Formats: sequence, C-alpha cells, structure tokens
Amino acid sequence: MAGLIQTPFGDSVVMRKAYGEALVELGRAKPDVVVLSADVSNSDFSYMFESTYPERFFNVGIAEPALVDTAVGLANSGFVPIANTFAFLFATRALEMVRTHLCYGRVNVKLAGAYAGVSDSFDGPTHHSITDLAILRSLPNMTIVVPADPFAVARLLPQVAAWDGPVYFRLCRNEVPQIFADDYAPEIGKGITLLDGSDATIIACGVMVSRSIEAARILAAEGISARVVEMHTVKPLDDALVEACARETGAIVTAEEHSIIGGLGGAAAECVVRTRPVPVERVGVADTFAESGPYADLLQKYGMSAESIVGAVHRVLARKSALA
Amino acid sequence: MEKTIGYAGPALANRAYPHGMRHTAEMIADLSGRAYEYRAQVLRMVYERKSGHIGGAFSIAEVLTALYFHHLRIDPDDPHWPDRDRLVFSKGHACAMLYTVLAHRGFFPVEELRTFRSLDSRLQGHPEPAKTPGVEVAAGPLGHGVAIGAGMALGARLARSRRRVYVILGDGELNAGVIWEGLLVAGKFGLSNLTVIVDYNGVQQTGATSSVMPTEPIAEKWAAFNWHVLEIHGHNMAEILDALDLADELHGRPTVIVTRTTKGKGVSFMENAPQWHGGIPNDDEFHLALKELREGARQWQV
Repeated sequence: MAGLIQTPFGDSVVMRKAYGEALVELGRAKPDVVVLSADVSNSDFSYMFESTYPERFFNVGIAEPALVDTAVGLANSGFVPIANTFAFLFATRALEMVRTHLCYGRVNVKLAGAYAGVSDSFDGPTHHSITDLAILRSLPNMTIVVPADPFAVARLLPQVAAWDGPVYFRLCRNEVPQIFADDYAPEIGKGITLLDGSDATIIACGVMVSRSIEAARILAAEGISARVVEMHTVKPLDDALVEACARETGAIVTAEEHSIIGGLGGAAAECVVRTRPVPVERVGVADTFAESGPYADLLQKYGMSAESIVGAVHRVLARKSALA
Repeated sequence: MEKTIGYAGPALANRAYPHGMRHTAEMIADLSGRAYEYRAQVLRMVYERKSGHIGGAFSIAEVLTALYFHHLRIDPDDPHWPDRDRLVFSKGHACAMLYTVLAHRGFFPVEELRTFRSLDSRLQGHPEPAKTPGVEVAAGPLGHGVAIGAGMALGARLARSRRRVYVILGDGELNAGVIWEGLLVAGKFGLSNLTVIVDYNGVQQTGATSSVMPTEPIAEKWAAFNWHVLEIHGHNMAEILDALDLADELHGRPTVIVTRTTKGKGVSFMENAPQWHGGIPNDDEFHLALKELREGARQWQV
C-alpha cells in the first residue's frame, strides 16, 4: 500500500489543467460526452475540450440553472453531459435543478465543480465552496467524488462519466502535489488505505490527503501509528472500510477542505455512530466563512494544515484513552 | 353516492390520427370531443383523491390531445424509442391531464388513473419520469421546460435526428428567471427543432397573472429574444393542429405558440376562477361539473 504513494511527493501540478487534459482524453474515448459551461471555461480549463471538440461544447452564458437544465435535456437525448461551473454555484444557485432532475428524476448528468473549498482563495468567501459536500450529500441518488491529485483526476474522470446516474466531481483550482504512484487504481465507492497504522485512522479527501500523509509522518516520529485512508468517494461512503478502521484503530480523524458540518466528517461520524462508536475528531473549516488571501495561508489559518490534523489525532487519542 | 365514479375505460383509448395526415372536420370534432372526455376523467381523479389541480389541467386539454393523438411521433409500446419526439410538460401541477392522455394513448392502463396521488402509485402528485411511462422529465417546481427543451433540441441536432421537441408551459411559470435563461439559450443556438407552447390562461395560484406578475406584451417579449411567435385560440383544435404544423416548418429560430386559453375551461363556475387552481369539488360541484363536461363532449358528436 505504501507503493500507492510517491515518497517524497512529486512536483506540484495545477489541478484544473489536469482536469482539462483529462476532459479532452475523455472526449476522444467517448463520442457521447458533451461539455457545458456557464462562461467560466478559461477558469476551469474546460476550454481545452472546446478547442478540441467545439461541436460538443455549449456555453450557455452566466446562467447556472439553465446550465443544469440544458444538460438534463442532452442527457435525455442519450448524451453524457458534463456541466462545468464553480462548485458553490451548483450547490446553491442551481441546486433546485440538481435536486429535481438529477436526483429525483435520476438524470445522468455529471457536475464538475471547479474552484472547490477555499481554492479560489483571493476571490474570497463569495467564491469559496465550503458547504457543497454537505448540501449535495443530503440528496438521494447523488454520488460525490473528490480527487486528491492530478493523477486521481485522470483516473477518476472516466469512471465518473461511466457511472450510472448523477455525479458531483469536486475539483481544486490550484497547484497540488502529486501524491499517487502508477499503481494507484481508485474505484468509485471504495476507500483506499494509503498508510497502515494501529492507533488512529485519518480519513481524508481532496487536498487534505497529502496533508494527512504529512501528519502521519509527524505522528510516526512521535511514536504514534496513524493509518491514512483516502476517501475519494464521499457518497456512497465506504461504510465497511470506515467500520473496519473504527474497530481496528479505535479512533477516527476526518480531514477535508470543507465545513466540519455535514461533509466527509459528517458522513464518517454518521457511519461510526451506526456501526462502531469510537471517538471522532473532524478537521476542516469551523462553522464560519473564511476570507481572501493566499491559498496556503487560508488552509493554515482556517484549520486545515498538517499540524491541525496532528492536533486532532492527539485529541482523539486522549478521548480514546479516557474510554479505555 | 356510488363509491367509485367510474372511468371511461378502453372504449375511449381510441385511435390516433397518424402524424402528417390531413386535418379533416371529423378528426377535429373527434379530438375536440375527446378533450372534454379527458376533462371529465381529470375531474373524477381529483374528486376521488380530494387532491390535485383542475384549472390548469382543463386549459391544456385540447393542446395535449392534439399532440398525443396526432402530432407527436411516439410509440406507446416503446416509450424510450431514441428517435421519439420529446414532450416536456413543464407545468407539472396539471399532470392529471397528462396522465389521462398518456393512459388513453396506451402508455399504461386507463384503470391505473384511479391510483393518482395514492400510496404505491406510479402516478405521482407531480410527474416523475422513472415511474410513469411516457413522462420525459420531472416537473412541478416551475420554469424548467425551456432550458431542458433547448438541451433536447441540441441533442437532436447533434445526433442528426429529425425528432422534434415540444415544451408546454403555464403562463404563471413565466415569472421564473430560468425561463428567460432558457429563451436566451434556445435563441443563441437557433433551435428550429424546438416548439414551446404557452398555456396562457391568465390565472395563477392567487389571482390573475395580470395582477400577480404582469407578463404582457408576451408575444413581443418572445420575439425580442429571437423566437418565431404564433398566437392562437388554445381551445380551437383546428388552430392548434395548424399552428403545430406551421411551427415545424419555421426555420432558423425556435418557435413559441402562445395559446390563449381559459383556466377551468368547460365548467362554467370553474372558468377564470383562481380558487379552481387547486380547489377540490364537493359532491354537488362534482356532479354539476360532470354534467357540463358531458354537454361539452356532446356538442362535438356529429
């Protein structure tokens, strides 16, 4: 399992560029894929698909409800639409369309949520997306996938397109370290144990995966054995793996670039309570809006650093000891 | 009072007039009469369930009858035929009429109409495509139809298919912003394979559309969005059939047919009365309404 990650991490790569490249490759492999945009294609890099397959690319203007509804019509016509705009807009402005048609109506549309978390850092809280997982996770029939590095984007996007039903594919805007080695073979719905450990489990998604690995290494130097699980699929959650981690390590820490309410932490906590109650600590944005600033600084200030994860592991181990 | 009011049954599940055939006087009279029979059916469904929307179902009876029994290229035995014409029923609250027409067209048994809005039924309170054969998209929250129809029309164009897309809107739902987003999208792409029909009955839930949210001059608004605009009497079967044909022949732009209709059409005390948007008839009102609808059907018997 250590063979799944690069040590040290590879050079940082811009995730939206990796997405654009993966989208072009998907379009080459699958002629039924169409791409829609609400006029931010040079932000999310879906312009790369537009340049290669202009006849399969539709810019509907700055109109997110129409973006989703137009995609619904294309899906009804047998195409696999991938709708692109900023993550927060899918989860807020276009939410009723997502709920009524994709989830209730079970229409096969894929949503690529760009600039998720606080990755559109300088644009500020109006553009941050720290509640999208909570909002979309509550919808029946929705599947949520969060890639952790550029390689994961390339590996997961074809599965998103092939998945039967709506999928929310949550993407980071910025440079992220290359975490995964060639043997990394994610499968929607199945978490992956990246580092084994016995004292506690860190369950992470997205950019917090690399930080969780760093945290585990800091903890190892302290003599604490932390398991790291990459939960790229937030819904449906890999309940069996979460239960096994709770049973085998007796303590869970979740780490996500999202509010600590209702996202990966909420999902894992619900599962732990139901299957194997053990202490859980959640790392993410406290119940607050962030602010404008450099991405790394925001992650640091709003509680999503490797040190924050280390602190959460210390807390969860104290609670575990108190129970013993 | 008899417990079960009774349904028209298979006798009314009668012939469709093939797409493209000439509109004869006999065909127009038959389809017009059937629209009244379908209103009676909807009346029974809502009366028995004590739930549903009569007014907007009655105003769209002729349009739905014209589409499903003549104009649409569909196959009830193969509802998912890829090259079928698409009908997006955007004013989902009026679905009792959609279900009635679909059942009589053969998409599911007419007897099933009595399960409307009851537990375990395939006929939900608002349309759900996964449950009801012939329903293309979910509807109920208003305003989705134009943008979804635009997506379907883009899909038909991309697939190089000659199938066409028809969207039925209420006039109340023109209040919704996404309607106008959809107009822009369809206009931008010049979707001449898209026809939108507005059931302009002039009444929405709490009052006249002219007072709740004025939308006139509606024809000029659509024209300004680069659409072809037709305006007809929405209960005149001949006008409906001709307008649908004409819309198919117009090129370069999508077409809207503004049908001037009467909410609650066919029952004197329901016509133009906002309380019959979602009102439920009592026993006396039910029998009086049924009598008027039978008279309405009878006037078309030759």
